[in-house]
Amino acid sequence: MIGGRWFTAVQVGALGLALAFLTLPLVAIFVDVGPGELLSSLDDPGALDALRLSLETTAMALALILAIGTPAAWLLATRSFPGRSLAITLVELPLVVPPAVAGIGLLAAVGPSGVLGGAVSSAGLELVFQTAGVVVALTFVASPFYIRQAQAAFGALDPSLIEASRTLGAGEARTFARIAVPNALPGLLAGMALAWGRALGEFGATLVFAGSLSGVTQTAPLAIYERFSSDFTAALALSAVLVALSAAILLGVKLAAGARVLGDARA
Amino acid sequence: MMRFATLLTTLAATLGGCGGGEDGGKPRLTVSAAQSLQGAFEDYGSRFDAATVRFSFAGSDQLAAQIRQGVRPDVYAAASTELPQQLFEEGLVGEPVEFARNRLVIAVPADSPIGDLGDLDRDGTDLAVGAETVPVGSYTREVLDRLPAAQRRAILADVRSEEPDVSGVVGKLTQGAADAGFLYATDVAGAGDRLRAIELPRRLRPQVTYGVAVVEGAKEPEAARAFIEGLLSDPGRRAMRRAGFLAPG
Repeated sequence: MIGGRWFTAVQVGALGLALAFLTLPLVAIFVDVGPGELLSSLDDPGALDALRLSLETTAMALALILAIGTPAAWLLATRSFPGRSLAITLVELPLVVPPAVAGIGLLAAVGPSGVLGGAVSSAGLELVFQTAGVVVALTFVASPFYIRQAQAAFGALDPSLIEASRTLGAGEARTFARIAVPNALPGLLAGMALAWGRALGEFGATLVFAGSLSGVTQTAPLAIYERFSSDFTAALALSAVLVALSAAILLGVKLAAGARVLGDARA
Repeated sequence: MMRFATLLTTLAATLGGCGGGEDGGKPRLTVSAAQSLQGAFEDYGSRFDAATVRFSFAGSDQLAAQIRQGVRPDVYAAASTELPQQLFEEGLVGEPVEFARNRLVIAVPADSPIGDLGDLDRDGTDLAVGAETVPVGSYTREVLDRLPAAQRRAILADVRSEEPDVSGVVGKLTQGAADAGFLYATDVAGAGDRLRAIELPRRLRPQVTYGVAVVEGAKEPEAARAFIEGLLSDPGRRAMRRAGFLAPG
């Protein structure tokens, strides 16, 4: 019994330590920057440009990720085929690749002198130094967060539900759209929030692949890095806005999925 | 219980060990240095006997910002004299000394058709330059400020990326992403045969001087001073010359 109590204490201590460690830097940002500075930082047109660009590019990346990632995750979750484990591992690979390496890889693949560089430019696409390049970098680093979560959500669906839909004569596409997606929605939303948050915070791949130019490729994290050396207060203020935005996304999605997630937890 | 305690002790010892101090009897020196010094300093550092040297390379402005935020390396070496002088006036580093000079050049991929400054403002020429706050970027703007306004505007309109340090510009050029940029002569030499340097007309050349100082509150002030002294005498001079730097004026 004493051993049990000891272990509980360790768990509580560990959780306390983890929470303190994970929240302290974020809290410090808000302690350091007063509301006045926060507001005046939004007078900086460069900062507003960066925030606007961040919202636009992450929204575009998220749209791509949802459109391609959802059916791909459904396939991975519901079919067994040769090379499935390999496919899952490959999808997860960007999670463990350092962002700067992702940027170098993208340059080597679709940059002007990359393997597919000729094909990209003959298709009339310009990526490097362009907003489109930012979207490509964000999509690359963020999509595994969504696909993994979506695959898990689809995999956790009650098989009899899917079976019933098929038995009642619904085709595969109809089953996917009418049964699978609505029932897996809390999981899909959670994956979406993670991918969005990751995209919003993306720094290395964007800088290496797309560059940094105000209004074109300089997203909020790049603008923060630039301000870090010249104006620490402005960097803090912009960081605070980004933290608030990310937290709002996470919270909003959790609330949207709230009833179901809570239901799951109780079940 | 016992094992948990051992784990904690080990963890504490490991974490404590990260904070500098002795390494096999030798002091461990932390040097924050401009990104453009990487090749030369790694060469010099490997020959420096008085301490085991660990480097942190980044844009001089980022390193200065870190020091302002309380980071305490032992030595701060910048690609300008301005940044160490500012830190000195703020009481954050000792009096800086000049230890090397460099030349700002136009850098292009080796096979580039670009021949001189006049080619940079052509339509479709993509430029990568240093951001305004990093020394290489402020030297670049010094050069552009000496040009006629129309030419300056045309060149600035071709800037596609403002990189946080020289390695960003080097990467954009060697990958063929950008057609030209402004770099130090030593960066071009360090990139092997992938990049070519185009000298700037004499009247446009900025004076690029490197300053170094002992950081106030350094853990190893003695080794830091020895590092700087070595830099100003034979071993340091040789390493700097090998990398293409010039002696201070």
